[in-house]
Amino acid sequence: MKRAFPILAILTALLLSYALRGALITAPTDQMQGDVYRIIYYHVPSAWTAFLLFFINFVASILYLVRPSQRADAVALVAAEVGVVFCTVVLVTGPIWARPVWGIWWAPGDIRLTSTLVMWLIYVSYLVLRRFSNSSQTAKLAAALAIFGALDIPLVYFSIWFFRTQHPQPVIGGGGSIDPRMLHVLLINWLAFLCFAGLVFWSRYRLEILQRQLQETQAAEALIESRG
Amino acid sequence: MNPYLCAAYIATWTIHITYLGIVARRYARLRREIKELKPKV
Repeated sequence: MKRAFPILAILTALLLSYALRGALITAPTDQMQGDVYRIIYYHVPSAWTAFLLFFINFVASILYLVRPSQRADAVALVAAEVGVVFCTVVLVTGPIWARPVWGIWWAPGDIRLTSTLVMWLIYVSYLVLRRFSNSSQTAKLAAALAIFGALDIPLVYFSIWFFRTQHPQPVIGGGGSIDPRMLHVLLINWLAFLCFAGLVFWSRYRLEILQRQLQETQAAEALIESRG
Repeated sequence: MNPYLCAAYIATWTIHITYLGIVARRYARLRREIKELKPKV
């Protein structure tokens, strides 16, 4: 993987460029919203990627509680961190899109918007817990928090089906419809963001494992020094 | 280009590049710590 990384990074950059070209040039303009609808090509793939990363965090947290291992714990932590980055993109691009279309930046009380914000806060809390707690039980507590936090993921996703909300119906599998050319560009963008997320995840995972190995070495060194 | 569209795309890449910068800085710190540790080990 280490040798293949630069090649994968170049391929991902090319795919992201191709996806950007599709989003800005190839995809037809929406008759109702005009060009501003093109925010969909960054907003929706970022949301899907965040969901996937939070789901990985959920599975890794269960695995950690069932059979504790450094790998499962590191995967859970990294998935939450990268997921928060993608969720931040969703929360920033959403209001930028809402302003010209709805006439407001944020719809207070809207279940889709509020549950997404709550999901983001849950995973930020998870990262804060991981960062500042020194207890030996931190990993277990964080895993439990992640499992409860994951309950918000289906609430976010299905909220637009079960509740009245300002947010439009889902692009795929919902009541909304989309031009096949727009759908094609949307899926290309998702693929590009998935590849990008995969590379970021791998880099961050490697860093996490190296940090843990370094901490173990430093602890062993301190022990040797204290014994003289 | 629509200013809202432009703002959304710029914001997206600003967030990603900022995070990549944070990860790169952590890597640099880790490399420095490993370098410092090597002579002792």
